[in-house]
Amino acid sequence: MKMNRIVFPLALALAATLATTGCKRTPIKTTIIPGQYGVVGNPGDNPGTIPSAPPFNPNDQPVDKGGGPLANRDEFEGMIKDPAALAANTIHFAFDSAAIKKSEKDNLVAVASALKSSLNDKLLIEGNCDERGTDEYNRALGERRALAAREALAKLGVSPDRIRTLSNGKDKPADTGHDESAWGKNRNDTFILLHPKAGV
Amino acid sequence: MKKNLLLTIALLALNFSRAQEINIEHTSTFGQKPVPVALSGFTGEGAEVLKFDLTVQGFSFVAPDQAQYLISGTDAGGVSGTLTDKFAKRQLLSRSYNGASLRRQAHAFADDIVQAVQNLKGIGQTKIAFKAQPNSAGAGEIYVADFDGHGAQRITTDGAIVAKPAWVPGRLALYYTSYARGNPDIFYHSLSSGQRRVVAGYSGLNTSAAVSPDGAKVAMVLSKTGSPNIWVCNADGTGLKQITHGDEDSSPTWSPDGNWICFATKHNERRRLAKIPAGGGTVQYLNTAGAPNPTEPDWSPDGKWIAFTSQMGDFNICVMPAAGSGTPTVLVSGQNPSWAPNSRTLIFNRSLGYRQILSVLDVFTKQYKDCARATGSNSQPAWAK
Repeated sequence: MKMNRIVFPLALALAATLATTGCKRTPIKTTIIPGQYGVVGNPGDNPGTIPSAPPFNPNDQPVDKGGGPLANRDEFEGMIKDPAALAANTIHFAFDSAAIKKSEKDNLVAVASALKSSLNDKLLIEGNCDERGTDEYNRALGERRALAAREALAKLGVSPDRIRTLSNGKDKPADTGHDESAWGKNRNDTFILLHPKAGV
Repeated sequence: MKKNLLLTIALLALNFSRAQEINIEHTSTFGQKPVPVALSGFTGEGAEVLKFDLTVQGFSFVAPDQAQYLISGTDAGGVSGTLTDKFAKRQLLSRSYNGASLRRQAHAFADDIVQAVQNLKGIGQTKIAFKAQPNSAGAGEIYVADFDGHGAQRITTDGAIVAKPAWVPGRLALYYTSYARGNPDIFYHSLSSGQRRVVAGYSGLNTSAAVSPDGAKVAMVLSKTGSPNIWVCNADGTGLKQITHGDEDSSPTWSPDGNWICFATKHNERRRLAKIPAGGGTVQYLNTAGAPNPTEPDWSPDGKWIAFTSQMGDFNICVMPAAGSGTPTVLVSGQNPSWAPNSRTLIFNRSLGYRQILSVLDVFTKQYKDCARATGSNSQPAWAK
């Protein structure tokens, strides 16, 4: 105990001094703790209990409607999800990789031809990861996997404006197991065909 | 008598300056010996709170004959207690606590002990936010709790995937990611009013919000231009600017002076931590030798340290000096480190079976304690500062 060795002789000297002056006792003070709620930086913020959030308001608008190279997401609003149509064409990835394997080409060709044969349909690509990566790293990795398929489909002649990407990171595993078999299934892009909303 | 008093003051000053010096020396290394204290008179909840708070701030509980400091008192009908320096034969603290709850009173006493012994502001009454998932994966909600996990309150009702809460410094307000609108979007949520709004709801990925120390800016990850990169906007979402253009950028964190953003990226086929001026500029790569696959950096409030997660098969919490050429130290198994306001304690999540639990770590002594669990799997803790 390094600190003790150095401080101890001083403490002894101090104790000797105090012995001659009498040990000083601080009087008992009382601290009043206001409210139930702890301190968050500014002690002025003390509302008691935290109000629960209001239900989600669908009219909350983002400050921007996209506008970058990704298609405006409002163009996909209200479309009807058809997860069964392309369920057989889910593609899988190597560990910590967003590179499309050559062996997935047939699946991508099938997805491309579904979109080409039904020009009113669009596509949602959901990128997923196994649990062997940190949360936010995987959220970016899932997006890179979805974007990689979007690029591959563009090369196969599908307009990228018809494609929306969504990363689930490691939060939506296809298989909740914790072995290589589950991890292999969880490193994927799933393709969800989007049909025009009713009446369009 | 006057002479004696002067001598006492001189000795006190000398003692104090020696102790200060030793503390500074110790903070440059890990694996320090904790400060030995003995606890008497407290039972149940009061004792539990004192042991938790002091363990994660560098104290250890020993028999009275091995202790440097004696903590005695009672938690019957309210907390009151004294702190005595056994070597100096001097009572440093004598105080009783009134109001709120017994837990809060005990946390306040722990804070006073930390102040008296270490001359640091205690963390006993601080808050955390985190993500809780009932089934370890899938939909979850954002929660706020005391830093030890007690008193957890759910603050979202989205029934959707949520992620990465971040506090606005000094305010009862959070930014976090929610998939409530069918897409990962970043929300600003005032905990005082309960009102919230989307601040980043662009096409693609909107996640990993990190608030600048002055609360005026938010760094985040967006993929609107076709690849996930770091962007910065004003607190209300306006004034958006792309900061990085790397291939695999994630997890921004601010330097406490607000001048730099540290983030995880890839360089020459290797995962690296890097920093870039907050307004954009040249990327500088940090030396993370010995800690492969670094992600999730979190810059300490005093600016000295960067905590992060290294992946070597398993996940490990590491800490490295923010400046200079010092290399990382691997501390414990876990992910998602977030600094306490005291710049010595971290909260993180670690595996317990196939669930994640929150744990609080004193980096200099490597002592840690598990938090009370809210529900299911708890992860991505953020410490209010």
